[in-house]
Order: sequence, then C-alpha cells, then structure tokens
Amino acid sequence: MNALEIKNLHKSFKSSFLIKQYHILKGIELSVQEGEIYGFLGPNGAGKTTTMKCILNIIYPDQGDILLFGKSSRQASSRSRVGFLPEHPYFYDYLTPEELLSFTAGLFSMSSAEIRKQSAELLELVGLTAKKDIKLKKFSKGMVQRVGLAQALIHNTDFVILDEPFSGLDPIGRKELRDIIISLRESGKTVFFSSHILQDMEMMVDRVGIILDGKIRKEGKLTELVSQGVKYYEIVFSGLDAQLAGAAEWTSQDGHYIIRHTDSNATNHSIRLISEHKGVIHSVTPIRRTLEEVFLEELNHA
Amino acid sequence: MLRTIAYNTFKEAVRNKVFYLLVALGVVAALSSIIVSMLTIGDKVKVLKDVGLASIDFFCVLIAIFTGINLVYKEIDKKTIYNILSKPISRSIFILGKFLGLALTLLIALASMSVIYYLFLWLAAGTVDIKIVVYFFLLYLQLLIITSISLMFSSFSTPILSSIYTISLYLIANVTWTFNTFKDQLKGTLETVVSYFFYYILPNFEKFNIKNQIVLKMDLDAAWIINAVLYAVCYTGALLLLSILIFNKKEFK
Repeated sequence: MNALEIKNLHKSFKSSFLIKQYHILKGIELSVQEGEIYGFLGPNGAGKTTTMKCILNIIYPDQGDILLFGKSSRQASSRSRVGFLPEHPYFYDYLTPEELLSFTAGLFSMSSAEIRKQSAELLELVGLTAKKDIKLKKFSKGMVQRVGLAQALIHNTDFVILDEPFSGLDPIGRKELRDIIISLRESGKTVFFSSHILQDMEMMVDRVGIILDGKIRKEGKLTELVSQGVKYYEIVFSGLDAQLAGAAEWTSQDGHYIIRHTDSNATNHSIRLISEHKGVIHSVTPIRRTLEEVFLEELNHA
Repeated sequence: MLRTIAYNTFKEAVRNKVFYLLVALGVVAALSSIIVSMLTIGDKVKVLKDVGLASIDFFCVLIAIFTGINLVYKEIDKKTIYNILSKPISRSIFILGKFLGLALTLLIALASMSVIYYLFLWLAAGTVDIKIVVYFFLLYLQLLIITSISLMFSSFSTPILSSIYTISLYLIANVTWTFNTFKDQLKGTLETVVSYFFYYILPNFEKFNIKNQIVLKMDLDAAWIINAVLYAVCYTGALLLLSILIFNKKEFK
C-alpha cells in the first residue's frame, strides 16, 4: 500500500478582492511508497507547501483525491500514522520541550508510560535532553526545529511529512537531520520532505518529484533520473600517445591523458584501442547529470 | 484528545500574568465594598453584597471576554494551528477543547474570587447567605455564554473586532428583556415580529438575574433556576455549533 497517493489535485486561492483566482495546484499526481524517502523538489512558490497543507487537511482541495495509507485525508483518523513538521514551525512558547511532546502525544491518545518513554528517547535523538525544562520562548530557530522534529516523531510515526526541514539549520544540524531521516528509513518509516536544497536531497532520497508551477514535471527514482542523463564517459589512461586512442580531443594532467565521449560505442572503441596499444586505463567514469542539472532543465522547459 | 486541548488551553490561560491580575483586581474590588458600606447610611450588609457581587461579576466577564477573543485567533496568528490540525483530531474537537479549557479557567477564577469574598462576608457581616452560591452558579452560566460568543467571533475575526462585538452583545444581553415589554405594546405586525426576533435571538441575561432576591433576602424559585440552566445549555450549544461550522469552513493559508 502507498503511504500517500495524490490524484489530480487542484487548488486555487482568491485574491482579497474576490475577483482574481490564483490557480496554485494544477493537477498534482504523485505517490509515495511505504518505506521510502521521497523528495519533493521545487522552487519557491511552486506549490510544495500548498500540497502539504492539502494532504493534512489544513486547507481543502478544489478537486482531486488524497489518500493516506488508503484513507481519505478528509478523515481525521487518516492522520493517526502521520507526523508533520511545518516550515518555520511555531509551537506554544510557554511550554517546555517535554511539555510540548506530552501535549502532542495526548493528541494521539498515547498512554502516560508511552509518553515518558518516547519523550526521553526523542529528546535524546534531537540533542535536547539537557534543555527539556526550558521554555520554548527561549529557544533559537534551530532548536525549535529540533523540537519540531521530535514532536513529529512522538507516536512512533509510520509516515513523516517534513516541510523544508533543512531551512534554518547549521551544517552540523543538517548533517544530523540527514542521519535521522536515513535512520527513519532503516527502521521502516516513510519520509516525504520538501526542499530546494538539492545537495541534501541527492544524498538520501529514493525517489524525487519535481514540482513546477503547480504540476509534477518529473517523478521517478533518483538513480533513474540522474542515469537517464549520462552527459559523457571519461577515460583516464597513460602509456601511449593520445592520438592512438581514437579521440579528436584530449587533455593531459600529471602524465595522464583524459578523453571524453558522449557515445558509449565510441567509448568502447577507445578502450579497445588503448588495450591493443598496451596502454594503461586508470579509470572509465560515466559523468552523470546532477539532480541540479535535471531540475534546471525542467525549470527551463517550464 | 479533547482533554489534552482543554487542559492546554487552561494551562495557557493560567500562565498568563493578566489572568492573575484580573482575579486579584476582582478580589480587591469585592473587598473594597466594605469602604462603600462604611459610607452608607442604612443596611450596610446589603451594600456589601451588592457592590461585592457586582465587582466579581465585572471582573469575571472581563476574563471571559479577553481570554475568549484570543482563544482561536492567537492559534491562527501564531500559526500553532498547523501543528494541531495536522494531528488526528477533528476541528470540532479543537473548538470544544478550547471552550472547555476556558470554562475550566473561569471556574477556577470564579471559585477563587467567591471563596475569598464568602470568607470576607462572613467576617464582616458575621453571617453568610447560602443563596450566594446559586448566584455564583448562575453567573458562571452567563460566563459560559459570553465565552461561547467570544469564541465564535474569535474563529473568524480579529481580537479588537471580536472584543467590540462581544462587549456589545454582553451589554445588549442585559437589556434584551425590554424587547419582551415592547412586543406587548406594539400594534404593527412587523414591529412585533422584530421584537420577538430580537428577544429570542439575542442573549438574555435577565434569566440569570437573582441579585434582588439575594440582596433583599427573598426566596428563590427552583423553576426559574432550571429554566436558566436549560437556556444556558441551549444557547451555549447553539453558539458552539455555529463556531464549529465557521471553523470547519476555514482554510489556513
């Protein structure tokens, strides 16, 4: 079963004068399989947060269906297996992290024993055990983000939705969050997160959906998206004259020659020639498109 | 879930210093009735009761209005609503939880003020009237109606506008009974219908008014009290339902 399935999702907002309608989502179609990390990629204003708010019934779709573990997102119970971290999270700042976790756990009807156990574990996970009795109003943005992640995981969540989770985190915080997200996948959880930081996404996602102007422009496994676009093959060799390797152009570095072919047949031909001339092949590397390049290509097409 | 929302609302209210200030001012105002009674010629105990009860009444209404108007608005303004609505709770549970949390806060505020006032009355007058408990009970019912009015306005309006609407309705609620008098004297059908409409639609706090019976030591009518309880339950229920309907339609961009 899919953790999330969105079919033909449309959403418009009226301007304050009720005359003009802004069509934000224009038929979003996507699915998130159980146990995967799904990266929801798009520039600012593409509709990422609007989609997430529709999923969580914070705003209502004009058209389309959203299913969470097979249940319509209009039912409150569909969110019983979902944890959510909003972008720029705001929590009751008169509470301490421990109280916030206890409050959140209460909304999932967890028992006192479960709450104590989960709270202690999660505060440890996000590195806030020492600050569990300090009111949130005294916390920095990064620390609030950590508490936000802890509350999203409080009920041993099966499906975690994170809206721009890396914003506001320092490099160490980002590394820690990446580790946490990967560990969630390892423990069988599903993660759906939005970001425009491609580097973070490329390092851990299984599948990516690229949203532009309210539509999913590309969706697929990260490996497929980037391997579809092998830009060229790079051969590094030595021990023979570069002209004999069957390439019109080459570069040299530290006594090694580097040639590039965009075609795999030409690459095979060069490898054969280098071997026949008793040359030494140091490496043959397919240089793939990065996620950033895939993203920018889509952006240019849009 | 309902208990969690209610308890947290209560916690938020009692962690606000303004709450303690209003309770303290209520107590001080009620106790100051002794000064007024000392300046009075005649029945000093009557003045003690009159001024004391009016003071508690006034400050409890202030707490109900100024806490109520922020109940939902603050959640939207501070965006804490995203965190709540993303959990498996329905919007109606959220509204009911908020209402119950404030109802509990008002109960604590009223109980604190009334216990201190009761003790003071006992020390000052040497006697206490058990009927004052009924007065406080009926005052509490009025506070529940005020809370549900401010909660309803809070679900779609700003605190300033909500406070204007709620205070206006509170003031009107104290004179709604006059529409009943009008309708008997009016001849035209339209005027009578309008009077009926306002009399039954607007909150009517005359139904809870037993101040004269208490101050003048008259007997209380049980049927009157039952009628007041039923009125409060129906009126509060209807307003909560309306708040839920408004809140269910609302989107949080």
